Amino acid sequence: MSLLKLEKVEVHYGGIRAVKGIDLTVEKGELVCLIGANGAGKTTTLRAITGLAHATGRIEYEGEQIAGKKSHEIARLGLALVPEGRGVFPQLTIDENLAMGAYMRRDAPAVAHDVERVFSLFPRLKERRGQTAGTMSGGEQQMLAIGRALMSRPRLLLLDEPSMGLAPIMVEKIFEVIRLIAAEGVTMLLVEQNAKLALEASHRAYVLESGLVTISGEASKLLGDPQVRSAYLGE
Amino acid sequence: MDTFLQQIVNGLTVGSVYAVVALGYTMVYGIVQLINFAHGEVVMIGCMVAFSVILALAPTGLPPFIIVGAGIAVAVPACMVVGYAVERVAYRPLRNAPRLAPLITAIGISIVLQHLALLVWSRNFIAFPQIIELKLFHFGSSDTSASISNIQVAIILTSVAMMAGLLWLVYRTRLGIAMRATSQNPQVAGLMGIDVNRVISSTFVIGAGLGAVAGAMVGTYYGIAHYQMGFLLGLKAFSAAVLGGIGNLGGAVLGGILMGLIESLGAGYVGDFTNVCFLDKFLPGFGEVCAASPESSLFGSNYKDVYAFIVLILVLVFRPSGLLGERVGDRA
Repeated sequence: MSLLKLEKVEVHYGGIRAVKGIDLTVEKGELVCLIGANGAGKTTTLRAITGLAHATGRIEYEGEQIAGKKSHEIARLGLALVPEGRGVFPQLTIDENLAMGAYMRRDAPAVAHDVERVFSLFPRLKERRGQTAGTMSGGEQQMLAIGRALMSRPRLLLLDEPSMGLAPIMVEKIFEVIRLIAAEGVTMLLVEQNAKLALEASHRAYVLESGLVTISGEASKLLGDPQVRSAYLGE
Repeated sequence: MDTFLQQIVNGLTVGSVYAVVALGYTMVYGIVQLINFAHGEVVMIGCMVAFSVILALAPTGLPPFIIVGAGIAVAVPACMVVGYAVERVAYRPLRNAPRLAPLITAIGISIVLQHLALLVWSRNFIAFPQIIELKLFHFGSSDTSASISNIQVAIILTSVAMMAGLLWLVYRTRLGIAMRATSQNPQVAGLMGIDVNRVISSTFVIGAGLGAVAGAMVGTYYGIAHYQMGFLLGLKAFSAAVLGGIGNLGGAVLGGILMGLIESLGAGYVGDFTNVCFLDKFLPGFGEVCAASPESSLFGSNYKDVYAFIVLILVLVFRPSGLLGERVGDRA
C-alpha cells in the first residue's frame, strides 16, 4: 500500500479547474518531486492533499480517504506541509514557532530533543531562538518553516517551493538538509520550480502541465529525457 | 478632601474594570478581526447572574466575600456558555462573510441578549443588598487627603490578578501560543494540527469569563444592576480598547485605565471648567444668579459618560491605530 495515493483528483477555484484529474503515488521512504511551470497546479495539489483546498476524487493516506477532512485532522495523521512563502508566524519567536510545530505532541522530553535536532540542522536558528520570526531573512524563515514541520515528526513531509526567492547559497543549504532528511527515511513530496535541483535530489518525479500529469518516472531518467531537458532544464 | 487624588482613586477603580472588559473586545478582535458588540451584554448578564445569587444568599448571613464569590463563581460559567453560544450560532457561520455581516450580527445579538435579560430579570433596577460594610482607608496629609474603600481595593486587586493571569495564559501556555498563531495565520495554524475553531471558541469563552467578573464587580461597586447597563459599559470599554490599540492586550489594559482616569477626572472637574460665573463681569444678570449659587455650571458630573466618546472620536481622528497599536490598514 502506498503511503499517499491520489486518484483523479480535481480542484476547482471558482469556475477554474486548477487541477484536472491527477494520479500520483508516494511510497514510504521515497522522495518524490512535482515539477512544472507557474500555474501548472503544483501548489494547488499540495493544498488539496493538506485540506487547504477543496478537492474531488480520492486522496488516500495509508489507504484512508482524506479528501474532505479539515487540515488540522489531516495534520494529526502525520502529514506536514512547509507552505509556499514559508508561512512562519511572524510575531512568534523561533522557539514558539517550533513549539507550534510540536503542538500535537505531548512527549515533552522528546520534543526538547527534537528542538536540539532542528538547531543542529540549522545552527542559525539557535542563535536567534528568542527573536520573532518576522525579523529574519527569507532563508532563515525557510529553515524555520522546515524545522517547524519536522517538529511534528511527520510521516509524510510536503515541501512547497523551498528554494523560492532564496540566494543560491541558501538554496544549497536547504537542499543539503532535504537530502539529509530523506536519507534518514522521511518520506517527502517536493514541489519545485528549480527542476534540476529537484530531480537530482529525488527518487521519482511527476511533471505537471496545466493541471495534468504529462510525464512521470525515475528522476534520473527524467533528467536525461530530451523533452524535460528542453522544457524545464533550459536546454 | 482633595478632588484630584480622590478622582485618581476612583478612576483607577473603574479603569481597571474597563480594562478587563476591554480585554474581551481586544482578544476577540485579535483573533477574528471582529468587534464583538455583544460583549457588553455578556458583562451585563454576568452582573445579573451574580446579583441573583447574591440576593438569594444575602439572608443566610454568610461572610460577604463568600456571598460575592459565590455570585462570581456562578456568573463566570454562565457567561462562558453565553460567549460560546454566541460565537457558535452567530459568528462562526459568517467566518468567511464580508466584514460588515458579522458586525451587524454582533449588534443584533447584543439586542437579543438585552431582551432575554429583560425577560428574565424584568425592566426594574436591581439593588445590591447591604451586606458589605464599607470601610474607608484615608491617606495623604490632611489638606490633600483622599480615601479608598475596601470595595475599591478588592476591585483593583481582582482586576490586576485577572490581567496578569490572562497575560500568563496568552504568552506562556500552549493554548496562548496557539491563540497568537491562529490570529497571525489561521491556515498555517490548522496545518500545525491546531483546531482553529476550538481556539476561537476558547477566546470567546475566556473573554466572556473575564466579562462576567467585571460585571459582578461593576454591579457591586455601583450597587445597582439593570438590563441595559451593558450597552454603555460595553461602548466605553470598546473605546478603551480602541484607545490602547485594538488587538493589543497591553493596549487594552492601558486604554482601560486611562479611560477610567479621564472619565473620573473629567467628572470631577467638569463643573469647574464650565462654571459660567466669570461671565458676570461682561453680562449683567449673571451676577444675581451666581450670588445665589456660586456653582452655576453648564455641565455637571452627570456628563461623565461623554468623555469616553470624546476620547473615541479624538483617537479615531488623530491616531486610529491607538496608543500601542501598530498599523490598522484595511482592518475595519
